[in-house]
Amino acid sequence: MKKVLSIALTAALCAVTLAACGGGSTTATTAAPAATEAATAAPAATAAPAATEAPAATTAAPAATEAPATEAPSAGIPKDSLRIGFIFIGDENEGYTAAHYEGAKGMQQALGLADSQILIKWQIPEDETCYDAAVDLADQGCQIVFANSFGHEQYMMQAAEEFPDVEFCHATGYQAASSGLENMHNYFTAVYESRYVSGVVAGLKLNQMIEDGKITADQAVMGYVGAFPYAEVISGYTSFFLGARSVCPTATMKVKYVNSWADFALEKEAAQALIAAGCVLISQHADTTGAPTTCEAAGVPIVGYNISMIATAPTQALTSASINWAPYVTFAVQCLIDGDPIPVDWCEGYATGADRITELNEAAVAPGTAEKVAEVEAAIKSGELKVFDTSTWTENGQKLDSYVDDYGNEYIWDGYFHESELASAPSFAIKIDGITDLTD
Amino acid sequence: MGTSQTNKPSGDAGPAPATGTQGKYPPDAGHTSGARPAVHREPLIHLSKRDDVALPKAVLIRLAAVALSLVVCAGVIFLLTRLNPLDVYKGFIDGAIGTSRRTWVTVRDALVLLCVAIGLTPAFKMRFWNIGAEGQVLVGGLASAALMIYAGGRLPGPALLAAMFAASLLAGCIWGLIPAFFKAFWNTNETLFTLMLNYVAMQIVTFCIVFWENPAGSNTVGIINSAKNVPSYQAGYLPSLFGNAYGWNVVIVAALTVGMYIYLKYTKQGYEVAVVGESENTARYAGIHVRKVIMRTMAISGAICGLGGFIIVSGASHTISTSTAGGRGFTAIIVAWLAKFNAFTMVVISFFLVFMQKGAMQIATQFKLNENASDVITGIILFFILGSEFFINYKVRLRRKT
Repeated sequence: MKKVLSIALTAALCAVTLAACGGGSTTATTAAPAATEAATAAPAATAAPAATEAPAATTAAPAATEAPATEAPSAGIPKDSLRIGFIFIGDENEGYTAAHYEGAKGMQQALGLADSQILIKWQIPEDETCYDAAVDLADQGCQIVFANSFGHEQYMMQAAEEFPDVEFCHATGYQAASSGLENMHNYFTAVYESRYVSGVVAGLKLNQMIEDGKITADQAVMGYVGAFPYAEVISGYTSFFLGARSVCPTATMKVKYVNSWADFALEKEAAQALIAAGCVLISQHADTTGAPTTCEAAGVPIVGYNISMIATAPTQALTSASINWAPYVTFAVQCLIDGDPIPVDWCEGYATGADRITELNEAAVAPGTAEKVAEVEAAIKSGELKVFDTSTWTENGQKLDSYVDDYGNEYIWDGYFHESELASAPSFAIKIDGITDLTD
Repeated sequence: MGTSQTNKPSGDAGPAPATGTQGKYPPDAGHTSGARPAVHREPLIHLSKRDDVALPKAVLIRLAAVALSLVVCAGVIFLLTRLNPLDVYKGFIDGAIGTSRRTWVTVRDALVLLCVAIGLTPAFKMRFWNIGAEGQVLVGGLASAALMIYAGGRLPGPALLAAMFAASLLAGCIWGLIPAFFKAFWNTNETLFTLMLNYVAMQIVTFCIVFWENPAGSNTVGIINSAKNVPSYQAGYLPSLFGNAYGWNVVIVAALTVGMYIYLKYTKQGYEVAVVGESENTARYAGIHVRKVIMRTMAISGAICGLGGFIIVSGASHTISTSTAGGRGFTAIIVAWLAKFNAFTMVVISFFLVFMQKGAMQIATQFKLNENASDVITGIILFFILGSEFFINYKVRLRRKT
């Protein structure tokens, strides 16, 4: 009897244990994704060194190779084990980062990667947090890490030094070439091209206003809300201005800086000040909708940046100069897949679709704008139109034949300023005639 | 509320004027609210002050509050995002202490927060509302950064670090003394005064960045002394201790924590701080030199906050910007109050807050929830913890059945 009882008890115990195991398995499944993540991370980490064994990118011609050559498949990383990290200064609510996020999604779609292969760190400020984020992404098995803000560069270099097997790509920076790090890269787009095209849209609008008798030819003054007095901004507003003047010869421009990349209130105020100073059309190189908000209220046409401003200024937004980051991000990741080196500097424009303007607002643009834009875009793509053609602008009344930067590089030959060809970041910092800086 | 609900299907709304006057007591069938005679009934809920709560009971109430808050958070997470709350919680843990590197980043940031909270404690205990920790941290960091830039490579390492340590103490001390001086002699409002000094400190930092900008055009100072092959390479960086990069941070803040606990609890000065905080008149009657105590306490408070700036600049970021303090001067106020000025409780709370912050970055990456999601969760948890204080101080009894 005792025996029977003990057997029964043992059986009961076994049953309970089994039941407990069954219960346990539900918790096990929730833990499982993490385990598989770790598993995918492991081979990825071992695969990474292979990628960097490929010859280091030399001082790569800035107008880099078109598409990656599909040779040497041996050293690449299989798509399934790719992990790609992004470090963003903002989040989707901020135009500049939203554009980068679009680029990341574009790459994911183009290459057919799973969501779990894309790791994004949002709202990373330009301090040691960026380093923390970069090394953490590397720790998690990312073979390539992108960062999108200018001030991230030093921290990316710091991480690149620590993780020689991981590729670090930094948008808008300029120190990759001089850092001597083989796994550090800079990229940007020839955004001056899209600014030029958006300037053409603005110039046509000015012409319409002159023809309608709203302003005289001399009153064709544009206002520009700039972020900082840096080459990136100067290059941008100069190309915008040249675009406008190519169709409206009497156009002039006033620039006001807000000393911030994204400050809604300041940008709004700057636009108000420009309008008060007689500007009849506004454009911006700062990331918020501050200027378009002012313009909609004041009834002044606006050319935006990054994203379409039609939602903010339905009656006044003409278009926006915009960057498409997907071509580069796709290209860089494709390089990893193919085992090709990533160029140290990369800068492409309209020709690869990296630059564009957002949709034209039919309610606001001058008639015939679409046709003119198509014509200018075609000329830029074919290389027939050079934005910084020295015959179209002067500095202190003089046409420039030479411009040497602080590092001794000559930028002007063949009759135009070779913007973004020696480094991916903009370098045009000449204050040309026709543009007044209100901050001075 | 009542009026907006009259937009419901008209048959349901009833006579509009009646709804308006009766406010939130909608007419219902079995309820004769207007005609009821005024009978003195015992109130539904009785509150009575607890005199003394046994420690285990207090701890139990707090734990219950945390548990309850986690349940509520889980509900909120699920309702808003349809994610499994346990996965999200796991994301938090993973983000804060998932790898040893993450753990150390959490520790590093918690130490800074703790340091500032420790600095604020004596001031708040004196009922001197020092809202200026942000500025005190900044000037401390600025002094450290200035020495790194100008004396880096010229002074031997330990001497430079000692100078930076002293300079940050002094800078924070001065920044704390200014409002204290005005408070002591002219009874100015220290809340506004310290708050405004934050902006003064920020402007000074902005001014200095113009001179220290690196690389040009970045509007930032960059990593100071990061250039290799020059004597100033990594000058003024706190060295690693016991093989850990943040070893010194731990030692300094631990010493401060213990020191502050002893200072407030067992020294005469600490007692004076408490008395002045309770009642200035009592203090005066007892022969305490109130002005002296105010200035001395704020000098200490400011100096420790300034030291926080040193720990950030020398021990972690190696740069200076207007966001160097990063709001920690304000968060530290929460830490100090939640801990009821107990230095050791502050350790727990500052770790909790930084834990949530680091976890937030992970859930943002993992589940595409942005930082606001973590703010909601932290807010709910803090709400419950603060709410639990009520139940620790008061006894709640429901109306007896009659």
